Amino acid sequence: MTPDISQNPGAEPASALSNARKVPDISKIIDKIGPLLGLFFVVGLFTALRPTTFPTIDNAQLILLQTAVVAMAALGMTLIIVSGGIDLSVGSNIALCTVSIALLLAKGVSPLLAILGGVVTGMVCGLLIGLLITRLKLSPFIATLGMWGAVRGIAKGMANEQTVVAPETWLNSLLNTLPDNQKWMIFPAGVWMTLLFALFVVLMLRFTRFGRHIFAVGSNEQTARLCGVSVDTTKLAIYVLAGAFAGLAGLLQFSFLTLGDPTTATGMELDIIAAVVIGGASLSGGQGSILGTLIGALIMTCVANGCTKMELANWVQQIVTGGIIVAAVTLDRFRHKAT
Amino acid sequence: MTSPTPLLEMRGIKKRFGATIALDGVDLQVAAGEVLALVGENGAGKSTLMKVLSGAHAPDEGQMILGEQNYAPKDPLEARRRGVAMIYQELSLAPHLTAAENILLGVEPNTGGVLKRGEMQSVARDALNQVGLSHVSPNTQVALLSVAERQLVEIARAIALNSRVLVFDEPTSSLTQRDIVRLFELVKRLREQGQAIIYISHFLEEVRELSDRFTVLRDGRSVGGGVTSQAKNSDIIAMMVGRSVEDLYPRSVREPGEVVLEVEHLQGAPKPQNASLQLRRGEVVGIAGLVGAGRTEFLRAIFGLDAVKRGKVTLGHFTGNATPAQRWNQGLGMVSEDRKIEGLALNLGINENLTMTKLPAFFNPAQRDKEATTWADKLFVKRRAVTQPIGDLSGGNQQKVAIARLLYHGCDVLLLDEPTRGIDVGSKTEIYRVIDELAREGRAIIIVSSYLPELLGTCDRIAVMCRGVLGEAKPIAQVTEHSIMVEATGTEVHAAEIPHAEAA
Repeated sequence: MTPDISQNPGAEPASALSNARKVPDISKIIDKIGPLLGLFFVVGLFTALRPTTFPTIDNAQLILLQTAVVAMAALGMTLIIVSGGIDLSVGSNIALCTVSIALLLAKGVSPLLAILGGVVTGMVCGLLIGLLITRLKLSPFIATLGMWGAVRGIAKGMANEQTVVAPETWLNSLLNTLPDNQKWMIFPAGVWMTLLFALFVVLMLRFTRFGRHIFAVGSNEQTARLCGVSVDTTKLAIYVLAGAFAGLAGLLQFSFLTLGDPTTATGMELDIIAAVVIGGASLSGGQGSILGTLIGALIMTCVANGCTKMELANWVQQIVTGGIIVAAVTLDRFRHKAT
Repeated sequence: MTSPTPLLEMRGIKKRFGATIALDGVDLQVAAGEVLALVGENGAGKSTLMKVLSGAHAPDEGQMILGEQNYAPKDPLEARRRGVAMIYQELSLAPHLTAAENILLGVEPNTGGVLKRGEMQSVARDALNQVGLSHVSPNTQVALLSVAERQLVEIARAIALNSRVLVFDEPTSSLTQRDIVRLFELVKRLREQGQAIIYISHFLEEVRELSDRFTVLRDGRSVGGGVTSQAKNSDIIAMMVGRSVEDLYPRSVREPGEVVLEVEHLQGAPKPQNASLQLRRGEVVGIAGLVGAGRTEFLRAIFGLDAVKRGKVTLGHFTGNATPAQRWNQGLGMVSEDRKIEGLALNLGINENLTMTKLPAFFNPAQRDKEATTWADKLFVKRRAVTQPIGDLSGGNQQKVAIARLLYHGCDVLLLDEPTRGIDVGSKTEIYRVIDELAREGRAIIIVSSYLPELLGTCDRIAVMCRGVLGEAKPIAQVTEHSIMVEATGTEVHAAEIPHAEAA
């Protein structure tokens, strides 16, 4: 008998397989829109509890403003977590970037160059993390735990342990509520920036080789290496890119504060990680999406905002947020068990 | 068929997971002082059945009787207390704990939570002695023991609690030949002590050597069985696959062409020591040898995954060392021996795994999925969708994706490390057919395998590696299993010591 790959008698007919694809798999759909359902639930809950103050256009604007910083930094964190890493230093990095932007502005540098300075600062921090991980073979947790302290220290040193006052420029209004003559913009510039960069990352993850390599490295580093993926270069690029997003988040944070503050964004790294995880990413890598991350960030802001509207004390908000993180990940595990 | 007084009896066991029927009516009996071999292809339901027996899953239907009493363990701990113990395929010891702590894990003798150290010591000592580890102290940290010793500790854990039924789940897969012989002696000794033993294996040689009776599982059902000494191998295989296996090793007439890969005195760090080989177009060359001889390292060094210390690799018109990425570009691809740890990204889809080596910087996902579908179809990868995570597929289908990756990439030279390890007979035949087809198309293939019948069946020439040194590749007509083993061990051996003839 002449063996022929195309005439294997033991093969399943391909048509039977393609039929299965036509039936929508309900658990798969829930899997995709799980975080979105969570957002609807949170919004619905507060709408029911505070029908006059929560579901207003002004409040929706406010929620978006409050989400922008975390969401911007979470874009980078998503890349890192999908690749199987973690960055605990991003809050410190954001603070350092607000300081460098403020210092540059105070020196009389143009706002655009100051932005560039902030982003480069973030990228240098990212490059350092990447080098620690790829050259010294430190685990991302340890490398960024070290950077968490060191970068915060550098920020305080550069700012002389006080806030850095900057002259007023258009950078201060990126996250202001829009005045009446600019209502046509719908959202403030900072929110548009976040959305644009989110779209950029979505496209990058979906349509570029680098994007798929991020998933491959996170899913199985050894397989990626076997397949000729340059694992170290990929990781380095991920941390540098995430550093750039930390720089942009620093810009938004600066705009919010209108000054450079070396103690700002303390603990924000955990909010950022939480947004990514609520959005369905797996801390063991290989899994996660930008849309999920944005929704995760929105869920967290909605909860904080809604609790404020209900005049709940800050400590209640923190308990609720903690509960949501645990619940989101638990639900995620159930969803994956079901499939 | 039935043993006189079964100690353990399973009747009509059924178990389903969602829409999947894992077990569809299994009957099984084993008596004290008897070894029952449980055989079947991967996915036949052996593992699920053993999970039911050990209390990890409750059956949907059916009954189990242990020593004339109803047996329905609610968890593995109750199963252990009733005397049913498992020895798993993958070692399941806590490496940081001591041997004694592992042996009594979960059942530590204590008074109000305070451990009775003395009792732990003596129980563990007894158990270790019984499995032939009298030289190992109960206080030894398990991480310091060899693989074979760790497996014996597992067995010690199983028998420490007055077990009556012992289940071995493919226990030889991680052992060397010498340790396998010792394990067999231990199993026989345990049988003489009156233990009822269920022995799960792929290897018919092992089944023949150890078991008194056998039961065959197929598609979640017990389809047959009998007294081992009265059954022919071909009968058992026919029961396993549900059809007779013809033409297991398809081989067409091949015309070797020009040399595409030449390796001269290759030395890695630390293995191989010295390896030279010429590979021609349209040729399949096998590399035999013992585990640890340096065969995998040889492939990895050629492919650029491990450092090359000395020697020359010439691939087409490229000479010298290269990274895996460069090797792929030069038309050389490799399938890793361990698809779970190294070969495949399990939670990514078939599409991602298949196209990982050759993805344009910017690409259209729909187009990529179409190409992935083409290749998955060509290799008959059974799937729900081309985006399905690879971890959901059976071992055989996973391996087909790993090979499809090389075909999609358009590799001319293929390095296949244990291409059929741990997959069922049906998938093996399909892979042999693909290999033959590729050689006929003029591609060059190196196969590393520990399973000699497979090498003899598929290769044109076979070279043997012994302690890092690769011997001359001889035409298939000049070698036998015996001659290979002589070369692989570097000594004269008895025919009986030749490793397993695997199922089929």
